[in-house]
Amino acid sequence: MSADPREPVISVRDLRVWYGTERGPVRAVDEVSFEVRPGETLGLVGESGCGKSTLGRGLLGLLPEGAKMDGELNYRGEDLLAKSAKQRRAMRGTELGMIFQEPLTRLNPLMRISEHFEETLAIHEKGISKQEIRHRALEVLRTMGIPPTRYRSYPHEFSGGMRQRLMIALALVLRPAFVVADEPTTALDVLVEAQIIRILHDLRQSFDTAFLLITHNLGIIAEACDRVAVMYAGKIVEQGDAREVFARPKHPYTRELLRSTISLSTTGLNYIPGAPPDLVEPPPACHFHPRCPDAMRVCQTVDPVETTDAKGHRVECWLHGPESLIPEGGRTPLERRELSIADEA
Amino acid sequence: MAATESVSTDTRRRRGVLRALLSPIRETSGLARWILLTGMFITAFFLVLAIFAPWIAPYGFDQVEANGVEFPETAPPSDEHWFGTNVMEYDVLSRVIWGARTAIEVVILAIVLSLAIGVPLGLVSGYIGGWLDRVLVLVMDALFVFPSLLLAIVAGFLFSNVAGGSIVSAALSITVIYIPQYFRVVRNTTVSAREATYVEAANAIGAPRRTVMARYVFPNVVQSVPVIGTLNAADAISTLAALGFLGLGIQPGDAAEWGYDLQRAIEDVDAGIWWTALYPGLALTLLITGLTLVGEGLNETINPTLRKRRLRKVTLPPRQPETAEEAK
Amino acid sequence: MADPAGGSLPRYIGQRLLLMIPMIWVILTLVFLLMRVAPGDPVSASVGGRLSEEALDARREAAGLNRPLWEQYFEYLGDAVRLDFGTATDGTPITEIIVDNGGATLTLTMAAFLVALVLGIPLGLIAGRFRDSAGDVGIRLFGIVTYAAPVFVTGILFKILFVEKLGWIQYSSDIATAPTEFLISENEITHIALLDLALVGEWAAFEEVLWHLVLPAVTLGLLICGVFIRLVRVNVLQALKGDYVEAARARGVGEGRVLRKHALRNAMVPVITIIGLQFALLLSGAVLTEATFNWPGLGFRVYQGILDRDYIAVQGIVTFLAIVVVVISVVIDIVGAMIDPRVRY
Repeated sequence: MSADPREPVISVRDLRVWYGTERGPVRAVDEVSFEVRPGETLGLVGESGCGKSTLGRGLLGLLPEGAKMDGELNYRGEDLLAKSAKQRRAMRGTELGMIFQEPLTRLNPLMRISEHFEETLAIHEKGISKQEIRHRALEVLRTMGIPPTRYRSYPHEFSGGMRQRLMIALALVLRPAFVVADEPTTALDVLVEAQIIRILHDLRQSFDTAFLLITHNLGIIAEACDRVAVMYAGKIVEQGDAREVFARPKHPYTRELLRSTISLSTTGLNYIPGAPPDLVEPPPACHFHPRCPDAMRVCQTVDPVETTDAKGHRVECWLHGPESLIPEGGRTPLERRELSIADEA
Repeated sequence: MAATESVSTDTRRRRGVLRALLSPIRETSGLARWILLTGMFITAFFLVLAIFAPWIAPYGFDQVEANGVEFPETAPPSDEHWFGTNVMEYDVLSRVIWGARTAIEVVILAIVLSLAIGVPLGLVSGYIGGWLDRVLVLVMDALFVFPSLLLAIVAGFLFSNVAGGSIVSAALSITVIYIPQYFRVVRNTTVSAREATYVEAANAIGAPRRTVMARYVFPNVVQSVPVIGTLNAADAISTLAALGFLGLGIQPGDAAEWGYDLQRAIEDVDAGIWWTALYPGLALTLLITGLTLVGEGLNETINPTLRKRRLRKVTLPPRQPETAEEAK
Repeated sequence: MADPAGGSLPRYIGQRLLLMIPMIWVILTLVFLLMRVAPGDPVSASVGGRLSEEALDARREAAGLNRPLWEQYFEYLGDAVRLDFGTATDGTPITEIIVDNGGATLTLTMAAFLVALVLGIPLGLIAGRFRDSAGDVGIRLFGIVTYAAPVFVTGILFKILFVEKLGWIQYSSDIATAPTEFLISENEITHIALLDLALVGEWAAFEEVLWHLVLPAVTLGLLICGVFIRLVRVNVLQALKGDYVEAARARGVGEGRVLRKHALRNAMVPVITIIGLQFALLLSGAVLTEATFNWPGLGFRVYQGILDRDYIAVQGIVTFLAIVVVVISVVIDIVGAMIDPRVRY
C-alpha cells in the first residue's frame, strides 16, 4: 500500500537470533541492521554457517523451536515482533514470501500443482472459488513460462528449472511485497540459473517486489542485486550499493572474498586461511580478526563500530573506524603468530 | 572357514567392539535416556531374579510340600503363598521367579546362537556376493516373511522330536526365527560398506578379504546389533511364552515356564480364579516391556532421523549502549 | 528389489508377482524339510503308542512316508500347487478344514485390523504432532505395553475383567459351551459365519456371534495397535521434517492443515507398505487369540493339532497361512506403489 518509494518495505535494527545448545547459545544472527526498499534487491552474501539462512527464516518467522529473536523488525512500518504467531502466519504468502533452494523437495510429491495453489489461495482468501484460483494460478504460471496443460501435473514430472519457476509462482501468486530468496539457484545449472535471475528481475519491474537474495555466489550478486550486505559470523560487516562494494570493498573480508573468486583470468588460487568461526564462542571483538591480514591490536579488544560514508556504504571495521574510539597503540598490527594461535582456537 | 576365523581372532578387537556397542548408550539424553534407564532397571530386576532364583524363590518350581505339609490346591494368595497356588499345588510366586530364570536362559541361548550363525553368514554373503548371496537372500527372505510364531511352531515340532521339551530345543526353535533378521541387517550393511571408499583403499593395498571384512566392515556392522538384539530378546521371550502356551515349549517337568502356566490358568478363569493368570502374565508383560524400552531407548539415539537436537532455552542478554565493550 | 519410484507401474507389479513364486517355493521346501527331516515320522509321533506296529506301517504306507524323500518332496509340491495340503490324522482333508474354519479367522483378523486402525492411526498422529509432550510419552508407553503384553495375557486378563468381574460381556450359556458348532454355520454359503447369518436373516445368532467377537477382536487389535502407533508416529515425525512442510509454512499454511494434508498423507505411504508386513504378526496373534478364546478359526485348529500331535494338520495349515501372508504382502506392496504418484506409466 505504501506509495512512497523511499519508505523501506523491511527495516531491521539490531536484530538478534540466538538459539540454545548444550554448549551454550549459538549467535546465528548477532545485531544486524539493514533496510530493503520496494523494488529493490538486497543481496546477502557470506560463507556457509555465517547465519544468513537463519536471518532469512527469522524475517519470515520460520525459526525452529528454541530460537529466540529480538530487536526491531518492521514491515511497512508495522512491528512484526509484536505480532502474535497467528498474525504472522497470516502474513506469510500474502505480504512475506520465501523461495527455497532445492525445488524438488519443497513441493509435496503427493500433491498436484493445482492442489498446491488451491491450498495457498484458499487459506488466505476465504471463500474464493476454484475457478478463480485456477484463473490466478494459470496467470502467474504463464508469466513463469509454464503452460496451463501442466496445471494438474505432479512435481516430479517437471525439470529442475521448471520446478524452481513453480516455486516462485507459488510464492508470488498472492503478490507479497517482500520475498526472501534463499539460494534460489544453487541447485540449478548455469543456464537455468540465468533464466531464474531474469525472472526475478522481471518481477521487480512488474510488481515492485522487494527481494532479499541470499547466496554465497558473488556472481549472482553482481548480476541481480542493487545493494549487497556481506555477512560474517552473524554480523553484517559491510553493506552498500553492489557495484560500489565490489569495486571498492572496504572490509578485508569482502576484499578477500572477491579475490578468491575464480574467473577466466585466475592464475593462482587465493583463499582465506582458517575456518569460519564457532558461533557459540566467536572470537572476541571483531569476529574476523584471527583471519584478517590487516588485523590490528584494537580489533582483538574492542567491537568495531559501524561507519557510513556519503554514498551510503556502511562498514564495521576499525580500518575505517572512528579514530576517536581507537585507544592508544590500537593501530599496531597484530603479530602473525598471534593470528595463527587464534586460528587454532 | 573365513568367517569363523575372523570371529576367533577378534579377542584383541573385543575392547574396540565393546566400545562401539556401548557408545550409543553414552550418547543418550533426555527422554530417550529415561526410557533406556527404566528399561534397563526392569531388565536388571528380572536378571537378578533369574540368577538368584534358588535363593530368592521360597520354594522349588515343582515343589508341592514343605516341612511335611502339603500345599493347598488352587489357594488364593496368603502369607505362606504370596501369589497363591495353582491346580498342581505349585507355589505361584516360586514359579514366577523360576520362570524368569527359564526365560532368560532360553533367550540368551537363542540370541547367542542366532548371532553366531546369522552375523557371519550375513558378512560372508554380503561381502562375497554372487550366487551364494542370491540363494541365501532368497532363503532368508522367505523365512523372514513367514509369520514368526508359525515358524516357531514348525521348528518346535522338529526340535521337540530331536531334543525333547527342554531348554535347548526351545532355544533352537526361537533361533530359527531370528537368524534371518541378523543376516539381513549384517548383509545389507556389509554390502553398502563393501562399496565404501575405505574398503576400496584397503583392497588397493592388497589386504586379504578376511582382514578387510573383520577389521573394516565388522565394526560398522556391529553398531546396529544392540538395538536389534534387545528388541529380539523381547520378541523371543514373547515367542517362548507363546510356544509354552500352545504346548510346544518347555515341558513342566523340566523347568517353570510362564506361557505354560498361563495355558493352565485359562480353565481357572471360568471358576473365578485370577491369581494363577495374573502374576505370570504381569511378569511376562513387565519383562518384555523392559526389554522393549531398552531397545526403543537405544533406537531413539542411534537413529539419526529420530534424534532431536537438544535445544535449550536461550535468553538474550540485554543490550548495552554502543560504547567500547559489548555485552557477551 | 525393484524400486517403484522412478520405474513403471506395470513392470513393478510384474516383478513382484514373479518374485512371489520362488518365495512360495522356498517356503514350501522349508516346511517340508523341517517336518520330514526330523528323526521319526509324523505317524508314530502322533499315534505311536496307540496302534500296533502293522497298523502304523499301514498308515505310513498310506501317507507315502516310506517312499524316498525326493518322491515325497515332488508329490508334496505337486499337491500344494493343486491346493491339496494333505490330510489330517482323523481323515479330514486339510482343504476342508481351511474352508470350514478360514472364515472365522478372516472375521477375527479383519475386526482386529479395524480396531487397530481406528485406535492406532489417530494416536500415532497425536504422538507425532506433540512430540515429547506428556501425551506423546503416554501414547508411546501405551503402544509399547500393548505390543509387549503377549496377546494371550491380555486375552485372559480381559476375560477376567470384562466377563467375570465386570460382567459387561455375557454369553448365552449354550454358545459358551459349544462355540465350535455354532460358529460354523449351518447355511454355508460363504463359510463366513457373520456373513452367512446376515444373509439368512438370523439376527439373534448374528448378535451372539458379535458378542463373542468383541473380546478377541479388541485383544488382537490392541496388539497390532501398538505397532501402528509406533509406525505412524515415526513416519509423521519424518514427514514433518520434510522440506515441503517448511515451504508450506512459508506460504502461511497453518499447523493443523500441515499435519493433515502434508504430514499424515505423506506418512501413510510408507505406513501402508509396512502394514503389509503386519499381516504376519496378525496371523501369529490370531493363532494365540483363537486358542485363548476358543474362537474356531484356523489358529484354533493349529492349536488342536499341536495338542493332538497331528503333525500333518499343523504342517498343512501353517503352509497355507504362510502362502496367504506372502500373497497379501505382495498385494499390499503393489497397492502402496499404486497410490504413490511418482510411479506412473
